[in-house]
Amino acid sequence: MKVILRQPRREVEVEGVARVGDLLKKLDMVAESVLVIRGDELLTSDIPLAEDDVIELRPVISGG
Amino acid sequence: MKCRVCRDRAVIQMRRHNANFCKPHFVEHVHRQVERAIHDHRMFEQGERMVLGVSGGKDSLALWDVLTNLGYRVDGVYLHLGIGEYSSDSLVFSRRFAAERGLDLRIVDLPTEYGFSVPEAAEAGSRVACSSCGLSKRYILNKVADDGGYDVLVMGHNLDDEAATLFGNVSRWDLDYLARQSPVLPASGDGLARKVKPLIRLGERETAAYCIVQGIDYEVEECPMAAGNTVNRYKEWLNRLEEESPGTKANFLFGFWDRAADVFQAAAPPDLTSCSECGQPTTGSVCAFCRLRAQTLVHIARKADRE
Repeated sequence: MKVILRQPRREVEVEGVARVGDLLKKLDMVAESVLVIRGDELLTSDIPLAEDDVIELRPVISGG
Repeated sequence: MKCRVCRDRAVIQMRRHNANFCKPHFVEHVHRQVERAIHDHRMFEQGERMVLGVSGGKDSLALWDVLTNLGYRVDGVYLHLGIGEYSSDSLVFSRRFAAERGLDLRIVDLPTEYGFSVPEAAEAGSRVACSSCGLSKRYILNKVADDGGYDVLVMGHNLDDEAATLFGNVSRWDLDYLARQSPVLPASGDGLARKVKPLIRLGERETAAYCIVQGIDYEVEECPMAAGNTVNRYKEWLNRLEEESPGTKANFLFGFWDRAADVFQAAAPPDLTSCSECGQPTTGSVCAFCRLRAQTLVHIARKADRE
């Protein structure tokens, strides 16, 4: 699946993950620091993912 | 996962609250947390004149939306810091948000009105970029509130901002900052506006999620000058702890305010006088902002001479 990362914006291909929680683990991301978005929907860690999904991993930490 | 309230599909899991919420019940949760912060800390009442510091990021826009939904009339002030595309984009998000809701947004342009940008201040002086930026924001937002006759200056600091700041203050045992870190800073009567932080009960994951659920477009990219700054590093570490032990950040912050802040506040507050340059309150003869500005303007003039 295509995964969109931010800060800065870039895209990576990730294969072989069944659920949102697995994707975060594979990319070594802390759930508390990121939101997982498909289209305009927020996804919780138990949601199944498909190979043709486009998923945005949006960091929530910001300075200021 | 199911919503704790209605059993519909949850869009967010909040382990700290041992709860998952669907969209409408998450929005309700956010509104309730803000109402509770306002009430518990007696931040303000209906009818008071309020101005919110707006950055175009998730926190200030979420807060503006929540307060408007709760029936408060709040004006906004955007401070253009002169940080290239980042500042211009943030202004677009802020303007669009205000225009779509018929809210008043005042824009203060740091380069035009004060003669320098944050990158120039960082280049010029002894302070790092985030420190120059924070100083400029505190000074100008307070001045806007004071000059505009507002009762309250509202800021979008969230639970993560405050927990990370507290961690920094404790790690340095900075007694002055520990004495001043509070959900409400009262007006001083000599030019300091009352400053309140209604988002202290919400983490930044919640304010970002609120924007997505409510369809609020905000500046997602991080300020180029803030990348890797100390506070953001503290936030990463605290989030690792939170992941292992949900509730850590809230316990750390709320425990400080419930049981420890009084100890630090007991020391006498510093005597404020008026800055000899600008008249704003300060503890010295010339305030830190006027010193920063003077130093930066000299730097800009010298640079122009060299070129």
